[in-house]
Amino acid sequence: MRAGALSVLGSLTLALVAPPALAATIEVTIDRLVYSPASVEAKVGDTIEWVNKDVIAHTATVKGGWEVMIPPKSKGRITLKQAGAVDYFCRFHPNMKGHLNVAP
Amino acid sequence: MLDIEAAKLAIQKSKTKEVVDFAKDMERDHEAVNKQALDLVKKLKVKPEDNATSQALTKAAKEERAKLAKLEGTAFDKAYIENEVAYHKQVNGALETLLIPSANNAELKSLLETGLKIFQGHEQHAEHVAGTLK
Repeated sequence: MRAGALSVLGSLTLALVAPPALAATIEVTIDRLVYSPASVEAKVGDTIEWVNKDVIAHTATVKGGWEVMIPPKSKGRITLKQAGAVDYFCRFHPNMKGHLNVAP
Repeated sequence: MLDIEAAKLAIQKSKTKEVVDFAKDMERDHEAVNKQALDLVKKLKVKPEDNATSQALTKAAKEERAKLAKLEGTAFDKAYIENEVAYHKQVNGALETLLIPSANNAELKSLLETGLKIFQGHEQHAEHVAGTLK
């Protein structure tokens, strides 16, 4: 009985301390107008952080969706709320293209 | 430098948000690129000299700016953006076929290559804005 209660308590503790699926921060570097990596695998709840090494401002823009401003020599970030695959680009320099695969 | 003057003119004259926003992007980017070029000129202790390519670009840009100054409203917007497409095409052509291949200094070559990517971006951005004006 006592052993049973302990074992229940034990599994409960384990359940409580077992880490939830941790949200990750994924870094994408922008150097000389190139997103690197160009394609990222992520999960809902993860944060994408763009690190802009250029002296000019960029954006990460999804057509008909969200936009992140990334000032020169600075960072911009977004926490992903929706699953699915999206293409994004820089609104100031539409020749810059990136892709996100967001798993649920 | 001349592209910045055209941008300032557009910021002053245009009433169209897309055109004003584009002009502000041009002003900001071209100032940043110019600063990098001037920093490199200082570092390399070289003196930029006029040449046939730079003279032709300057002459065309000056004539275009004089034309733009006389236009108003939609006519101004269209002429400014069409000129931005044409101007960036011309600059990119010069960079690709002449300036980058002739650059011997690695830092200069890299600056010109980055400049080409930026200006190719501007050309596409200008084409997009031109599409919204139709």
